[in-house]
Amino acid sequence: MSGNVLVLAEHIGGEVQEATYELLGKAKELAVALGGEVEVAAFGPASLADQLGGADVVVSVDHPALAEYNPEAYEVALLSVLRERGPRLLLLSNATIGLDLGASLSVHWDASLAAYVGALQVDGDAVLATAQVMGGKLHAEVELTGERGICTVLAGAFPASAGTAPAAGSEVVAFATPEGLDNVQTKLRSVIEPEAGDVNITEADLLVSVGRGIESQENLEMVQELADLLGAPLSASRPIIDSGWLPKTRQVGKSGLKVKPKAYLAFGISGAPEHLEGMRDAELIIACNTDESAPIFDVAHLGTTEDLFELIPALADKVKG
Amino acid sequence: MAFTGVLAVEEETREVFMNVGTAGEIIFYVVSTLTIGVFFWGSYRRVKKYRRGRAAFRMANLKKALFANPFQGVRRREDTWSVGAVAANSSVARRDRAAGIAHFFVFWGFITLFIGTVILTIDYDIVRKASKLIVGEEMSFFQGTFYIVYSVILDTMGFTAVLGLAYLAFRRGAIRPKKLDYERAEKPEGGYSRSKIVLGDWVFIGLFAAILATGYFLEAFRIVATGFPSFEVWSPVGWVLGRGFEAVGLSTAAAGTAQIITWWTHAALALTFVGMIPFSKAMHMLLDGVNLLVHDRSSVRHLPAPPPEAEHVGYQELSDFTWKELLDLDACTKCGRCHEVCPARTAGAPLSPRDLILDLRQWADANTGGITLLDHETRPDRTGPLTVDHEAPIAGGVISSRTLWSCTTCMHCVEVCPVGIEHVPTIVQLRRGLVDQGDMDPTLQTALKNLSTQGNSFGKSARMRARWTKGLDFKIKDARKEPVKYLWFVGDFASFDDRLQANSIALARILNAAGVDFGILYEGERNAGNDVRRVGEEGLFEMLADHNIAALESAQFEEIFTTDPHSLNTLRNEYPERGASYKVWHYTELLLDLVESGTIPVRSLGQKVTYHDPCYLGRYNGVTEAPRKLLKALGCELVEMPRNGANSFCCGAGGGRIWMDDSFLEERPSENRIREALGVGVDKFIVSCPKDVTMYSDAVKTTGNEGQMEVRDIVFLVQEALTNKPAEPGDLLERTGV
Amino acid sequence: MRIVVAMKAVPDLVEEIELTPDETDIDREYLKFVLNEWDDQALEEALLVKDATGAEVVAVGLADDPDIDQALYTAIAKGADGAVMLEGGGADTHSRAAAFAEYLAKEPADLVITGVQAPDDLDGQLAPMLAARLGQRHVSVVVGVEAKDGNVVVRQEFSGGRAHVLELPLPAVIGLQASRETPRYAPITRIRQAMQAGGVRGESVSTDVASSGLSVRRMFRPEQTSHAEMLEGDVDDIADKILELLRERGMVKG
Repeated sequence: MSGNVLVLAEHIGGEVQEATYELLGKAKELAVALGGEVEVAAFGPASLADQLGGADVVVSVDHPALAEYNPEAYEVALLSVLRERGPRLLLLSNATIGLDLGASLSVHWDASLAAYVGALQVDGDAVLATAQVMGGKLHAEVELTGERGICTVLAGAFPASAGTAPAAGSEVVAFATPEGLDNVQTKLRSVIEPEAGDVNITEADLLVSVGRGIESQENLEMVQELADLLGAPLSASRPIIDSGWLPKTRQVGKSGLKVKPKAYLAFGISGAPEHLEGMRDAELIIACNTDESAPIFDVAHLGTTEDLFELIPALADKVKG
Repeated sequence: MAFTGVLAVEEETREVFMNVGTAGEIIFYVVSTLTIGVFFWGSYRRVKKYRRGRAAFRMANLKKALFANPFQGVRRREDTWSVGAVAANSSVARRDRAAGIAHFFVFWGFITLFIGTVILTIDYDIVRKASKLIVGEEMSFFQGTFYIVYSVILDTMGFTAVLGLAYLAFRRGAIRPKKLDYERAEKPEGGYSRSKIVLGDWVFIGLFAAILATGYFLEAFRIVATGFPSFEVWSPVGWVLGRGFEAVGLSTAAAGTAQIITWWTHAALALTFVGMIPFSKAMHMLLDGVNLLVHDRSSVRHLPAPPPEAEHVGYQELSDFTWKELLDLDACTKCGRCHEVCPARTAGAPLSPRDLILDLRQWADANTGGITLLDHETRPDRTGPLTVDHEAPIAGGVISSRTLWSCTTCMHCVEVCPVGIEHVPTIVQLRRGLVDQGDMDPTLQTALKNLSTQGNSFGKSARMRARWTKGLDFKIKDARKEPVKYLWFVGDFASFDDRLQANSIALARILNAAGVDFGILYEGERNAGNDVRRVGEEGLFEMLADHNIAALESAQFEEIFTTDPHSLNTLRNEYPERGASYKVWHYTELLLDLVESGTIPVRSLGQKVTYHDPCYLGRYNGVTEAPRKLLKALGCELVEMPRNGANSFCCGAGGGRIWMDDSFLEERPSENRIREALGVGVDKFIVSCPKDVTMYSDAVKTTGNEGQMEVRDIVFLVQEALTNKPAEPGDLLERTGV
Repeated sequence: MRIVVAMKAVPDLVEEIELTPDETDIDREYLKFVLNEWDDQALEEALLVKDATGAEVVAVGLADDPDIDQALYTAIAKGADGAVMLEGGGADTHSRAAAFAEYLAKEPADLVITGVQAPDDLDGQLAPMLAARLGQRHVSVVVGVEAKDGNVVVRQEFSGGRAHVLELPLPAVIGLQASRETPRYAPITRIRQAMQAGGVRGESVSTDVASSGLSVRRMFRPEQTSHAEMLEGDVDDIADKILELLRERGMVKG
């Protein structure tokens, strides 16, 4: 039985995505434990290999049908690669591509599959995955039985840094065009780029968010200044939007947008359940509210009861340096 | 009665057809007959329209209004209006004393003149003709003392009508109250004009005034032409006017000519008026008395079920309406009282109850070939109520869904309507169609979905309903497991809203400390369904109500009290129809009882406060005194807001509005209310409904008045006034020795 | 065109979820089950296709799912032409896919739409697995389906707001992320009518023919951050600490 771990590279216009490096990094660790190598399947221009030095083997498949992601073409190609290379484990992102391919390959390649994987380890011979189910309310530690396994891994589960470190000797294998790639019936008609216009607060890494505590529209300027200094968009809880002080596109919460930034600064937000629902998944939540019993502190990681009218200018001054 | 045999020329009387001549008399009779024909034809068309409506089951109301209690509502607004109240114009004078008095004058002036005309017809066309036929000689009672009494009454009453009319015309033309500008709440894109309605109103007033004026002129000319017979002094207005003409040199002969011209003018005007009645604003004279007599305000408290045998859900055609609902449409006089008080309209929402009624009226007329002269709106693009397309839906077409969803079901419109229109049930019937079509706010949809899966609008687990009780250091009895005196129906907001659980905890502590034997249903309770029903989701209401009734039946208790006025309304008024009749109190009533009986000893707080009556408590269920007495017992000085009691202003949350988006409003009703409260110079805004705490606390913030106004549930005042200090967990543990 | 919407009842996430004594599964006994929210979106999208083309929509669920009949009747109340309840199948996605595939072999569909995922599909998502068993094409994370000249045009969404518009021939299986419109509301009266009319048909399929290949060692609740750690010090100290945290995450330069 092979101990190899294969990762499918995801790229947009030839640029390998962060998620792939996260998988590569983990794959290295697993491959060591399993006594195998890290392979990466790169579909598209051969030049992708240049960005994938972290893998021991780059299996490159270059074909017009693979120029952009196409579920049918990718499935045909990846199944060919899997059959040919026979890895122990396939790692996919638990995003669109992984959601497309993981479950179908589980059937076609006859492999066990764990989805929503947030942690992975090797225990003796066994591959153990911890999956986050029930909307993250429960974690399940599962063993992938059988000779082959597939994991679809949540974004951000593993650090990307380990995946960019170059491998000792990286080999590039040009893979023969799999049968069926010339006959792909799923056609890409167009690519839609994200809409321009107002900022998309769901994409920001950092959000500066305000609530009722800001008291008046004039005071928004002060928060806006801090947000600008931090290069973060300004978002808000419902009352601010209701008052017409900020557009609806900035509303965080049940009736607004669900955000998941790396950091969320909440100023003067008491934390109505509707609001918490929209931001509780942020990686780091820092809340400022004068009421120590405000529910926002139940989800925040760090908090302060400092007056926001003092804290915000202090922060702004310090960022200005 | 002065019933002398043969008509003597020198008797005290007047010649009805003086100077008209036989030919003229024939013409008059022919035209009159035609006019009356037109009147009856028009009236028949109206009645025919109402007969297309469903049964409304209002005959009991009519019977009560006429016979059983003929003076109900004369002095105080009750659920129904009696014949006495109609006669006294109580409904008109209630919210506008001046207009009411003026209307009373016109009302009785017109009725008297009408009776006068009928008497004249009886004398002239029946008694005289019949006596000639039978006895061979014309006999008449229209002479002597009878004539004098008749003259003095008609002259006086006509004059009061002139005064009343003058005031009403002055009010409309010079005072110009905003509510009479007929501006729509929802402005149609293609524009609209209501100038015809305005003109129609003036034609109505003008015609009436002209009839009165020509009547007096006619009288004056006759008196001048007949040389001022002494008995004619009993027609004082005509006499004085005649003297005036004489003074300016009117000769007897000229007066005769003027008399005959005026006679014909007066007759023409009167006949025009009669002919116009069924096709104009004047029809309210006939319809509104009836509409008041069959009015029943309680239809808002316990809403009518959807049409039982309809093949579709929600109103889609004319025959879906009850005859009362159709009568409501024609009864509207556009007085604008509902328009003025409506919280939706005030907030800048597209709903005005008046527009709703007028639009439905116009739609009903357009689709039944109804004819109205002037009294209708015009639109260049023939949209909304002008749609003659039978396929166009009523809810969502004729009346836009946004308009229907704007209603808070606060009932203020029904409360103030002087002609007994019941807007709210009609709105809910129309909403039922919208719900069926899924035409609603996504947030409302989510709430309904939550209510159907978990029985609460918060989408929280039904099992978490009593979790707030964990904040107590004693266990509230489970009424399903042990008997209690009072069952506390807590309601959704007081159970699930994090900000309001403190209210529930405070009340529980007070009652527990006072030794009140009470329990709750724990997870057996569901949303009572009051607002679900008002949203128009009847099936869900039935489901929730039946679930609650099953839970109530499994429990042992004597009486119910609620913290939520909305729950109170449906428990008290709508559950009985589903076979569950209980005595249902509001917690303010219970607290008052406990304070007054000394069970809860309190000290005087000496605070100056204002009190907001929740719609479903005050207006709907008449509970306005208990909270006031309670405030007094707590030693609070109550400063009333201008709108209080049954006239209270809605917070904007009722009828399911709390589940819908309100960000489009110019000024939320709650904000309007907080500004009103600030105007009376208090800084404590006392409420007795959990939703009000949320609504008004938010409004204080959004109006930028934080620190200026404190919104408090009345329960906290009681807590503060307890002489035995509030039972903090620690204290109680010590006292009970646990 | 015949569209089958494959449905699943899942534990209502608002409920406190309990584990079985051996802590390898969810204790289903007292749980409240609701229709998987993505399946609700799938149904809506199917109904939108029906509205546009007059396609036939059939909702299909597994009889062993608690309260699935409720969801199937609701589907009819919303406008589905029929509903089928399959006796058989299993709990994991692999078995479910086998059950739906067996049914679809008997009563083929031109298009299968199902939720892109379910909160409890530990061993993968239904749509691609079902497609693999049927030997059909599939697309997941779809936010719009339109029928066009015997093909289906779908919009597949990627993170960051990018999307691909794909056209593929029928038959196909779609894993739906979000319907173009909010799922419509089914009034209780209509659901009751559907129940009285009894429009749900039973079909039997094989039980547990496929294995998930997973062995659950344990289930557990992730540790909760209960209350925020309160920052100490004066305004300056607190501002410094906040900025330090942001700097650590590379969100403030310098």
